[in-house]
Amino acid sequence: MLAFAIRRSLQIVPTILAVVLLIFVLFSVIPGSIVSALSDEGRGAIDAQVAERMQKELGLNDPVHVRFASYVSKLATGDFGTSFRTREPVTSMLAKRAWPTLQLIFAAMLFAIVVGVPLGFIAALKPGGLIDMASMIGAVSGLSMPKFWLGLLLMYLFALTLGWLPSFGYGDGGLMYLILPAVTLGVSPMALLARTTRAAVLEIMTADFVRTARSKGMSELRVVKWHVMRNALVLILTTIGLQFGSLMGQAVVVEKLFSWPGIGSLLVDSVLQRDIPAVQGAILVAVLFFLIVNALVDLLYVVIDPRIKYS
Amino acid sequence: MLSRIVVAASLGLALTATAMAQTPRTGGTIRMTAPYGSSFSSMDIHTTQRAQDEIFAKGLHRSLYAWDSAAGQPALELAKDVKVSEDGLVHTFKLRDDAFFHNGRKMTADDVIWSFNRIMDGTKAFPGARYVRLIKGAAEVEKGQAKEISGLKKIDDFTLEMTLTEKVNPGFYFFTATTSIYPADEGAKESYIQKPIGLGPFKFVEHVPGSRIVMERWEKFYKPGKPYADKLVVSVMSEAAARDVAFRNKEIDTSVLGPAQYVAYQADPNLKGTIVEVPEVFTRHMGMNPSFKPFSDKRVRQAINYAIDAQLIIDKLVKGKAYRATSWLPITSPVYDKALKPYPFDPAKAKQLLAAAGYPNGFEFEWTASANESWGLPIVEAIIPMLDRVGIKVKVKQVETAVLAEVARNGDFQAFIYSMATGPDPQASLKCFHSATPQSACNYNNFKNPEYDKLLDQAGQADDPAKRDELLQKANALLYEEAPVWFFNYNKAVMAVQPWLKGIQLNATELTHQNVEDLWVDASSPAAK
Repeated sequence: MLAFAIRRSLQIVPTILAVVLLIFVLFSVIPGSIVSALSDEGRGAIDAQVAERMQKELGLNDPVHVRFASYVSKLATGDFGTSFRTREPVTSMLAKRAWPTLQLIFAAMLFAIVVGVPLGFIAALKPGGLIDMASMIGAVSGLSMPKFWLGLLLMYLFALTLGWLPSFGYGDGGLMYLILPAVTLGVSPMALLARTTRAAVLEIMTADFVRTARSKGMSELRVVKWHVMRNALVLILTTIGLQFGSLMGQAVVVEKLFSWPGIGSLLVDSVLQRDIPAVQGAILVAVLFFLIVNALVDLLYVVIDPRIKYS
Repeated sequence: MLSRIVVAASLGLALTATAMAQTPRTGGTIRMTAPYGSSFSSMDIHTTQRAQDEIFAKGLHRSLYAWDSAAGQPALELAKDVKVSEDGLVHTFKLRDDAFFHNGRKMTADDVIWSFNRIMDGTKAFPGARYVRLIKGAAEVEKGQAKEISGLKKIDDFTLEMTLTEKVNPGFYFFTATTSIYPADEGAKESYIQKPIGLGPFKFVEHVPGSRIVMERWEKFYKPGKPYADKLVVSVMSEAAARDVAFRNKEIDTSVLGPAQYVAYQADPNLKGTIVEVPEVFTRHMGMNPSFKPFSDKRVRQAINYAIDAQLIIDKLVKGKAYRATSWLPITSPVYDKALKPYPFDPAKAKQLLAAAGYPNGFEFEWTASANESWGLPIVEAIIPMLDRVGIKVKVKQVETAVLAEVARNGDFQAFIYSMATGPDPQASLKCFHSATPQSACNYNNFKNPEYDKLLDQAGQADDPAKRDELLQKANALLYEEAPVWFFNYNKAVMAVQPWLKGIQLNATELTHQNVEDLWVDASSPAAK
């Protein structure tokens, strides 16, 4: 188990290096730089001398391989570099944005699990019934609806029409401000969880061991509780892990729409401004988050299903 | 008789009520929005020249001058008086002796000198260097040849002598936040970026990156009784649809409107009254590179101006949110020439000019454009069939807006569509077409015309402001004739302002940049308390 944990941790290193290299190559191929981005849509074209000095100060005149080597050597010491835009250390920028993003992701996932898993179970217990059809139509809609559009609809309904919630902002980080962005972000994983749970439960319900349990006279409730739920959990947990890990990437649109001060909005701002160190920092955090969550899920399998063993 | 008295009394009451309504109310919170793209760049306002950052900077900071929207010109802000030498180069400022930084220390001439020296630090890239370079000896500091700007001399704590290199109005150079005055002892500290200290009417409370900045009233602000509001909150809201909901929901006091929302708000009786609009000093145009052979001929450039129905595009695509451009200088420019009429839509004339230039069957060119809805790809797409009618084919090259500035600066285009600041200083704006101005600076169209250079040089030397304006007007008319660009439109800035927010200034340099000390909220604001 320990060997597996160490092996999984080591697998993260080449992934991180590949991501860093990819971002570097991408930003050196695509046109534009922080200097051109500062020209601010023609409102104030940046002075040519200042532009030249900025290129030099930020090391943008150096060859790509020199910049890459410098970045990787700093990264090895935990230094994510300095933002071109704010002139602050990227680690400090990420630290300020991490908590709002984690708040959003956890709230969205909580919503997805609390609504999606029971919905999938109920739908699977009476397949083809009214609840099954309604929940699956809802799930497909939730999966296919763009987050931006859904967010706007929720704003119109809950902020403008009903006046129950604020339409944007972080406030003091309280629940009232969190609900709309979290639901917007959570609808898609909720829908996926509902579908996955339904499929997993339906499959297990027809398995031999369930038939055996029933033939032994076990009540339906006990069958579901002791045999179906536990076996379905592996698939549900895999889906939760994958969705949870990818939520940080999905939060980009939601954070921008609701003026939520997280890592997603930092990423968008940094890409628009060609702030390469901040882009790298934000993407690395998202990738790390994904890898760590999935490694934890792998470890959790052992707890849920004792038959799974890692050698 | 009685009815007359009643009418008179009613009228009197109404006028009194209006006067009372216009008496500024103290207290409450002003809730502004920062609508341009990304979040605030930095709390060190010297490092950024973005319009987005200047919105909050108007609360925190002050420069030597400020923009007077009513007068349409810069006015002294941190100085009470200025005396100018006969040659127009030496300006002696009598600084305010009642301006206090947010740490309670009084501003002196040392702070102005320190701030300008910092901006010229050659190891950094402060955008304000382009303005401070106007002061004698500043360029030497920038190059590392001197430690202090020789053209800045402290006479006493509140008297500052500034020697310029050119005979211009320094107000046009020192009114933006890029030249804000910092406290010399605090500005150099690393902690300054976390808790900025300025001279503005509001002091820093908190910055939630990507979301908002909160400021509260600075009690020692130098204008008695101001600011009126207790608090100023500027929220980052780049999504127009989200702003629309928040504005209708009364969560924000201001919202910048795009063309689609402009139409929607005009059509809505509840929102129509909230619209505030001003012709801003931005000229949208298609630049033409003379190194591409057809564009080296004036007749071809004029033909393009005749071939495009710009008014139709403004009406149908830009939804009336722009003013038809005649020449380079916009409507709000002090030397705008009302007599000059825009190029009429005349395809026959365009064909005739093309034939005379040796292109009877037209030609093909590559047009670089961004996706901008007001001066980008949608506009180009509408123009393609118009140019096709006179035989000109267009090949579109799409780039990101952030890349367009680089394309223009490097001259890496045959034609490009862009929006450029064309004010407030008409002289500086027209200088972009002077042959001595490099393409990398702002002469993107590589325009060279000796007659034009002469007019501009004479304007630069003119002592009489009226004579100078006349020369600048002639230069602007010459640009119209030479047509180095297709003159599209001047931006009409449109902002929705809640009825309870009073004191909005029609700032032609950028409508969102408000002298926030003059704003106040009446009792009907949801944030009145």
